[in-house]
Amino acid sequence: MFVLLSLAMSKKRNLIDLRTPKHDAASRIALRYDNKPDALLEILHDLQHEMGYVPEDALPVLAKALNISRAEVHGVVTFYHDFRRKPAGRHVVKVCKAEACQSMAGNELAAAVENSLKIRFGETTSDGAITLEAVYCLGLCASAPAILVDERPVGRVTLKKFKALAAELAS
Amino acid sequence: MIKIYVPKDSSARAMGADDVADAITAEAAAQNVSVQIIRNGSRGLAWLEPLVEVETAKGRIAFGPVEAADAKALVKSGFKEAGALCLGLTEELPFLKNQERLTFSRCGITDPTSISDYIALGGFAGLKKSLALKGSEIVAEVINSGLRGRGGAGFPTGIKWKTVHDATASQKYVCCNADEGDSGTFADRMVMEGDPFMLIEGMTIAGIACGATEGLIYIRSEYPDAINTMKDAIRIATSAKWLGQNIQGTEHSFSLEVRRGAGAYICGEETSMLESLEGKRGMVRPKPPIPALQGLFGKPTIINNVLSFAAVPYILAEGSEAYKNYGMGRSRGTLPFQLAGNIKHGGLVEKAFGITLRQLIEDFGGGTATGRPVRAVQVGGPLGSYLPVSQLDLPMDYEIFAANGAMVGHGGLVVFDETVDMARQARFAMEFCAIESCGKCTPCRIGSTRGVETIDRIVAGIEREKNLLLLDDLCQTMTDGSLCAMGGLTPMPVQSAVKYFPEDFDRPVKMEAAE
Repeated sequence: MFVLLSLAMSKKRNLIDLRTPKHDAASRIALRYDNKPDALLEILHDLQHEMGYVPEDALPVLAKALNISRAEVHGVVTFYHDFRRKPAGRHVVKVCKAEACQSMAGNELAAAVENSLKIRFGETTSDGAITLEAVYCLGLCASAPAILVDERPVGRVTLKKFKALAAELAS
Repeated sequence: MIKIYVPKDSSARAMGADDVADAITAEAAAQNVSVQIIRNGSRGLAWLEPLVEVETAKGRIAFGPVEAADAKALVKSGFKEAGALCLGLTEELPFLKNQERLTFSRCGITDPTSISDYIALGGFAGLKKSLALKGSEIVAEVINSGLRGRGGAGFPTGIKWKTVHDATASQKYVCCNADEGDSGTFADRMVMEGDPFMLIEGMTIAGIACGATEGLIYIRSEYPDAINTMKDAIRIATSAKWLGQNIQGTEHSFSLEVRRGAGAYICGEETSMLESLEGKRGMVRPKPPIPALQGLFGKPTIINNVLSFAAVPYILAEGSEAYKNYGMGRSRGTLPFQLAGNIKHGGLVEKAFGITLRQLIEDFGGGTATGRPVRAVQVGGPLGSYLPVSQLDLPMDYEIFAANGAMVGHGGLVVFDETVDMARQARFAMEFCAIESCGKCTPCRIGSTRGVETIDRIVAGIEREKNLLLLDDLCQTMTDGSLCAMGGLTPMPVQSAVKYFPEDFDRPVKMEAAE
């Protein structure tokens, strides 16, 4: 019990400690693009690549750096499906749910993937290994159904193939 | 030394090409065989990927689909022209031999980021000619070729260029729409991953033609390999003086930059893409003003699809007449068709306009992958019509398709077998529109959600006749009242499904669904 409690406390301390670096990352990345407002998407991509998500604390920092309003930054972050507002798992698996994959039982695969990971789309497995996301087309339409594991494309996915992949990702 | 080609196109990587390349390297080392592995683009025969080729005196011999486990035997046999995996000479494969590859003439043959390979196979010939021409002469050549926007709208490319050329402004831009979000399409991706210098060349010619010195390529984030390859190619082309200040020592300058999308389908719409390139939400802009006059940052901007730009180097190098000689009616030249979905031989088929759907699906595609009869084909992406088998003899031609309530679009064909539930597909079209709508106009934002609900009621057997009428009325409102093609064309898959497959909307209701 005590161990758990101290663990929780140390986590809390970490959260507070991380606040400043979060700002640093946002300012540093914005500067990489000369604080140009038209580079906001690139900046958010880089930030998410580094942090795993777009932290709330970074938004006012970016707004100030790019000389745009916080509402504008918020608007962009929430408009695009790519940007996550909470941390993702160690791996992100994107399952294509578009027509070409549907024609090869992609919907059935998507449902089976949810069941096998015991999570829904948009969620992360309890061990923090996999975040499951839906995607509409990976351009692998002649190798359907297709998924993207981080940046690695996988075609003609079956549940068996997926389970083997998931086991590899969890280890 | 044996020269071996293992594609690094994502369609090959998705089937294990990286493992195959590693396995061949390891086996060659173990068996003490000297090999050189070249990671080329894809030939576009997706069902045979990874398609490994070996260079011989007769030409390149293909093997496929190769698995890592096959490496040992292949290396041991010295890649002899035999064995179960051997397909014979690549160029003689009927799927390739029967194509008319103008745009895709190099794809899959070369190492995509080798600029010397590119030049050796005729690359930059079009740009070289353009450097000596006046902007108006380039524009005239493109107009004469009959090239129309390959992104789907089919607007004459040369006319667009002329508008930008004739505009007076302190700065003009060239933007490439590489937000290839339509399901069933992957030709843009193959160009960027397999022959990136061709896109650079096409965009540079556009820049010279209209007097723009800056270009942007907007690539969807779902294409990480294409993003990396394009960035590499831009870097290489710049250091070889094919891009940047004073291209090849001339007075012309043109620089290029890659911008990543962020998972919004709507950003494939040109004005929405411009907003996104300016770092904003991808909200559609009303037209007019047209982007050719007030585009990126309010400046005159050429916006074309990857395939439109990619067609330009050939047109300039070989002459507009050579390109124009292909095709039918007002659809000139070739279109890289993409055979996708439930198809036995999926992949890329570049043919002149005029080829029929049946030729593409049956002759090239070999029917469905599942072996069941074809029931529906969606042509032109998620906003394209679902066509029944009775329409398969339609020739691919912008006008003929439009007259039949369909569209050629970006040339993607998604094949479905007889197990498809067309009511489900129609519902998905509305659902997709609801997910991806930018929200600016009401017919698209609200109509799509009401569409899903109405189709649900039809399928559940609730006042079917009334709701079918309501759905039709809703589709009409979306078609007439939407600001862009997203809401305006979503009714195409929906209404074509209702029209050609009415039985799927009139099925007995399952007990549990009715309760």
